[in-house]
Amino acid sequence: MTFPVDRDLPVWDERYGVMLEIVLTGLNHKTAPVEIRERLAMNRQECMEALDALREHPHVDEVMLFSTCNRVEVLMAAKDGDAAVAAAKGYISKLKGLPVDQFESSLYVHHREEAVRHMFCVAASLDSMVVGEPQILGQVKDAYHLTAAKKATGPLLNRLMHRTFHVAKRVRSETGIGDSAVSISYAAIELARKIFGSLEGRKILLVGAGEMAELAVEHLIQHQAGDIFVANRTLERGVALARHFNGSAIALEEIPEALKEVDIIISSTGSPTSVITREMVRPVIKHRKGRSLFFIDIAVPRDIDPAINRLSNAYVYDIDDLKEVIDGNIESRRAEAIKAERIVEEGVVAFSRWVEGLSTVPTIKAVRAKVETIALGEVEKTLSSLTGLSEEEKAAIRRMGQAIVTKVVHDPIRFIKDGCHNRDESRALSYARSFFNIHD
Amino acid sequence: MMDILTAVLYLASAVAYMLYLFFQKERLQEAGYLFLGAGFLAHTLGLVVVSVQTGYLPIHNLRETLGLAAWAVALVFLFLRFQYRIKIMGVYAAPLTLLAFTASMRIPDLPPTQPEAVYANFWFFAHVITIFLGEAALAMACGAGILYILQENAIKEKKRGFFYRRLPSLEQLDGMGYASIIAGFTALTLGLVTGLLYSKIIWHRFISWDPKEVWSGISWVIYAVLIHERLVGGMRGRKAAWLAIAGFAVLLFTLFGVNFFMDGHHGEFTRF
Repeated sequence: MTFPVDRDLPVWDERYGVMLEIVLTGLNHKTAPVEIRERLAMNRQECMEALDALREHPHVDEVMLFSTCNRVEVLMAAKDGDAAVAAAKGYISKLKGLPVDQFESSLYVHHREEAVRHMFCVAASLDSMVVGEPQILGQVKDAYHLTAAKKATGPLLNRLMHRTFHVAKRVRSETGIGDSAVSISYAAIELARKIFGSLEGRKILLVGAGEMAELAVEHLIQHQAGDIFVANRTLERGVALARHFNGSAIALEEIPEALKEVDIIISSTGSPTSVITREMVRPVIKHRKGRSLFFIDIAVPRDIDPAINRLSNAYVYDIDDLKEVIDGNIESRRAEAIKAERIVEEGVVAFSRWVEGLSTVPTIKAVRAKVETIALGEVEKTLSSLTGLSEEEKAAIRRMGQAIVTKVVHDPIRFIKDGCHNRDESRALSYARSFFNIHD
Repeated sequence: MMDILTAVLYLASAVAYMLYLFFQKERLQEAGYLFLGAGFLAHTLGLVVVSVQTGYLPIHNLRETLGLAAWAVALVFLFLRFQYRIKIMGVYAAPLTLLAFTASMRIPDLPPTQPEAVYANFWFFAHVITIFLGEAALAMACGAGILYILQENAIKEKKRGFFYRRLPSLEQLDGMGYASIIAGFTALTLGLVTGLLYSKIIWHRFISWDPKEVWSGISWVIYAVLIHERLVGGMRGRKAAWLAIAGFAVLLFTLFGVNFFMDGHHGEFTRF
């Protein structure tokens, strides 16, 4: 769907008396390899520091940022979008000690409607690794609350974020896009229950991190699963995740040892090769005295050697197996995706209209000021040449002047606002500006 | 008369469980459980009446032996159902009970050939009851093993078909199979011990190398190995399930096959 408005239309910011644009930069699982994502991922503390630093930056007027294991996004409102992006890049590079040129190729930059659309897609989980996974919306909300508490956002981004949540909720409730992600996790639980019966006290090993894997772990916790171990390439991230789940972090090298203990393994790393091999599991099977081992491999490419499934009492399900478990109806999923895109586009259009509404304000003000200056100037001139009028009579004439101003500008203002309403605002604005000879 | 009532109730139970297998309606399962319980009571009453009339337990021929086997299977299943609440086992136990019972009704009732003293003995009674309960429990273990293998195949092959949805978890099936084996093995051991004592009393020797005795020993060793391997080597799951099935096959041969194909002093219990 194309967007029928003047793309160079800026937003008037009353605080600064200048035009602002929305700009977004970031990287995600599609654009950046896991090594870069891990290097740049920010914890809560770092996010807060970054908010403080960027808010103070002369090129950035409003800022919000959020970081998950799959993405880092910096959303800003600025007079000069490119300068703001440069500021954000520079800050992240300094914070993480990674030269800009090492991650710049992974970054995307979106301006105005593109930025808005991207934001909507991210929050609606259309941009997620597992489309429709429900955690991302909560993560965006958390990030926004953090930002709002720091007062780093202003009217523009506040409005954008509220629209974002609205769009994400609509996508969730009006399309079936979230069903498959939830049901992948549900299918994993159902399988685990067919193997183990009750999941109470079953120990879980989470290898790597990821929205889907974490969701599955949360579901297992809801089923009273027991101890949780987290193995991650970077121990720091592992420790953070383990703390989140009230579990303990282990090193990747400790996985063979952990396999003797745990019952369910959920893996979701970015590794190009198998993280858990058949050779690693075979001696463990003997050691486990016949207790079942259930591997859930959410990673693409796969982390867990499929040959493990042939070992006795070991069961391996990868994401395709789980998807098949749910429903192979690709056609209906595609229809849901189209529906979701339509909701996002509607949201983008509505938000852009609001933004344009903001830019009509200065025009309306200018029209009113121009007519007011002329009318009240003439009233004063006339009043000064007249003598013998009482103060009440002078006040009455001034009131009359004001009334004429109000009535004269009523229709042009109406014209500007209606133009906005009819999505033809840029033309209405330019007519109005020409009629009243207003120039910036 | 009691036989007809028992047969009808067992039939109703088997039908209800079969319908439950296909339609998964809770009420069908409850009906099956109830019918089996009622059938078991009628069956017990019939056995008591016959025992009181004749003065000894009715196992003089194949007809009565099979009838007692059906009774033992029903009893063990009712206990397991009560204890472990695994409903799906009824799908196996109810038809098994029905099959054994109706088969027994088809066989002519031959008069006893041995002197009454052989039957009217406490050790004989104890021997027969413990052996049959043990065998019924091991039949359950075999059933659990079959269901385990069906379910394990479904999970391994990622084919979530008819049985996947209907069967309980591997853990439950394995646990129930193991519990059945422990109970069955215990009863079988008691049965063999009382049998030895009985033999000592009647024939004045513990063992006479009768084929039945030898095959009983073989069955006992298979289950002993199974339990040993599980306790020491942690043999569970698929292998344990196969061994439970194999063990029961040997046991069935001991119960019937030996009598048909070999001679020995157990022969008269399965005359037909």
